[in-house]
Amino acid sequence: MTAHTFRDRRRRAVNRLMLALTGVCAVLTVVPLVLIFGYLLREGASSIDLAFLTHTPKPTGETGGGMANGIVGTLEMVGLAALIGLPVAIGAGMYLAESTGSRFATAVRFTADVLNGVPSIVTGIFVYLLVVVPTGGFSALAGSIALATMLVPMVTRTTEEMVRLVPREMLEGGLALGLPRWRTMLGIVLPAARGGIITGALVGIARIAGETAPLLFTALGNQFWQLDPRHPTAALPLQIFSYAISPYDDWHRQAWAGALLLILLVLTLSLGARLVFGRPERRA
Amino acid sequence: MTAVGERDAAPAAGPPGEEAKPAAVRAAMRWHQSSRSDRAWRRLLVGFGLTIPVLLVGIAALLAHGAWPALKKFGGGFLTGSQWDPVSDAFGGWPFVFGTLASSLIAVLIAVPLSIGLALFLTELAPRWLAAPIGFATELLAAIPSVVYGLWGIFVLVPFLRDWVETPLSDRLGGHLGIFEGPAYGPGLLSGGVILAIMIVPFVSAVSREVISAVPRAQREAALALGATRWETTWQIVLPFARAGLIGAVMLGLGRAIGETMAVTMVIGNTPQVPHSLFGPAYTMASVLANEFAEASGDVHRSALMLVALLLLGITLVINACARALVWHVNRGPGGSR
Repeated sequence: MTAHTFRDRRRRAVNRLMLALTGVCAVLTVVPLVLIFGYLLREGASSIDLAFLTHTPKPTGETGGGMANGIVGTLEMVGLAALIGLPVAIGAGMYLAESTGSRFATAVRFTADVLNGVPSIVTGIFVYLLVVVPTGGFSALAGSIALATMLVPMVTRTTEEMVRLVPREMLEGGLALGLPRWRTMLGIVLPAARGGIITGALVGIARIAGETAPLLFTALGNQFWQLDPRHPTAALPLQIFSYAISPYDDWHRQAWAGALLLILLVLTLSLGARLVFGRPERRA
Repeated sequence: MTAVGERDAAPAAGPPGEEAKPAAVRAAMRWHQSSRSDRAWRRLLVGFGLTIPVLLVGIAALLAHGAWPALKKFGGGFLTGSQWDPVSDAFGGWPFVFGTLASSLIAVLIAVPLSIGLALFLTELAPRWLAAPIGFATELLAAIPSVVYGLWGIFVLVPFLRDWVETPLSDRLGGHLGIFEGPAYGPGLLSGGVILAIMIVPFVSAVSREVISAVPRAQREAALALGATRWETTWQIVLPFARAGLIGAVMLGLGRAIGETMAVTMVIGNTPQVPHSLFGPAYTMASVLANEFAEASGDVHRSALMLVALLLLGITLVINACARALVWHVNRGPGGSR
C-alpha cells in the first residue's frame, strides 16, 4: 500500500465524517423544536378548557380562572398596531421600491434594517417616554404604538421587495395611458403585488403578536376586563410571563395553556398567510 | 404629462437603468415633475419613508435625554462599577454588560457551528425531500415567541441542564477548572446562553444559507473537477468564498442574542453580580430593564436604567450596522441590483 492511496483513503474518511457531522447539526437543531412542541402539546392541551377561554384571572394564589381578557387584549392591541403600522409600512415600502437610485432611499433602507435589530425592550422604553409619560398612564394604545414601531421596518422591507417584483412595464404602461402616477401605483402596481404584501404583513403581525417585552411598560397588563384603549390592558404574552415566574402550580398550568394558544395564533397567521397568499422571498 | 414634465428643468436622479431612454420619456417617468396630484403623492410616500429614520433618531434621542442625569452623575464609571443598589442610589452597570456579553458569547459559540453545519447540510448535501421539511422546521423555530422559549426554559431546559450537564461537570471538573466550579443552581449564565443559542440558530442558519447559496456553482464544479472531495470543496472553496457574508450572519445572530429579553430573563437567575462560574446566576442589560423599569424607585434609578437601555441600543446598533453592511456587500447592494 503506497502513501498515496493511504492519503486518498484518509481524505475520503474525512469527507464522510464531516458530511455526517453537518447532518448531526441538522438533527440537533430539529430536536429542540420537537421538544418544545411536544411539551406545549402535552402540558398545554390538557389545560385549555372553557374556563380558561372565558374567565378572567382569579386573585393571586386561587386556582381556576382564565386568560379571556388577555386573549382579547392581545387581539385588540395587535389590531390597533396593524391599523397604525401597516399604512406607514406599505407607503414606505412603495417609496423604497420606486426610488432605486436615490441616496436618501438607500439611507431609509439601511435604517429600516437597523431599526429591525433594535431590541424590543428598548422600543418599549421609547414608547414609555413618548406616550406613557405625556399621557400620564399605561394604556393599550401605548402598547399598540410599541408593537407598530416593530411592525413598520419589517413590513416596509417585504413590501418593497414585492413591489419591486412587479414588472416595470406595468408602471410604464399605466403612465403611457396617461394615468397619473399615484393612480398607476395604487390601481395597477399595488394590486399586482397584493399577495406578497399581505403575506409579509401577516407574518409581521404574527411576530408582534407574540412580543412581550415592548408591552411591559406600555400596556402593563391587567387582571380585569379592559376594552378602552386608554387604560392598562392585559395581553396573552404578559400573562404567560407573569404566570410562568409565579410560584403556583395552577398558574404554571395556565401559562402552558396560554403558550399553546399563543403559538397556535402565531403559526396560524404566518403559515396560513403563506399558504393562502404565497410566500414572500426571505431576506436577512 | 409630458408637457408638465418638460416645464420643470431641474435634473432629477432617476433609476440608473433609465439613462438610456429618450429625454422626453425620462422626463415623463420622473416622479415629482408631473401633475399636482402626483407631487402630493410623492410627498406622501417620502413622508412615510421618512418615518423610519425619524423613529430611529427619536429612539436614540429620547433615551439619551432620559439617560443624561445618570450619565452626568456616574460618567464612565458606570461601565466599570459593579454595585447596583437602588436603596442607596449606587448604580454600576458592569454586571449587566458582562452578563449580556457572556451569555451572548456562549450562545454564539454554540449556535455558529450548528447553524453553519445546518446551512451546509441543506445547501450542499441534503436532497430536496429532506431539505424542505428541515428548512420548514427551522422557520417554525424562528416563529416561536420569546416568552414561550422562556416558559419551556424554566420547566424543561433548566432542570435538564442542572441535572445532566452542570452537576456532572461541576463534580468532575469543578476542582480543576474555575468556570465549572460551584453549585449548579440551574438558572444561570449557561442556561441563558443555551436558550439564546436555540433561539438564534434558525436566524443565523437562514442568513448563512442565503450567503452559501450565492456562491457560484462554477466554483464548486471547478474544485470537484480537480479531484477535491465534497468536503474539501466545501471547506476550501465554498466557505472562504462566503466568508464575509457568514461573518455578517454571525453578527446578526449576536445582535439578536444581545437584545433578546424575555427568554433570558426567565432563565438567567437575575442576580446583579459577575458570576464566578458558568453555572452562577447572572443578569443581562435587557433583563434588568424588563424587571426593574416599570417599578423604578426613583429618578436616579430610572435614569440609570435608561442609561443601560442606551448602552444596549448602542451595542446592538453598531453590531447590526456592521452585519448589514457585510451581508449587503455580499448580496451586491441593498436588494436593488440583485
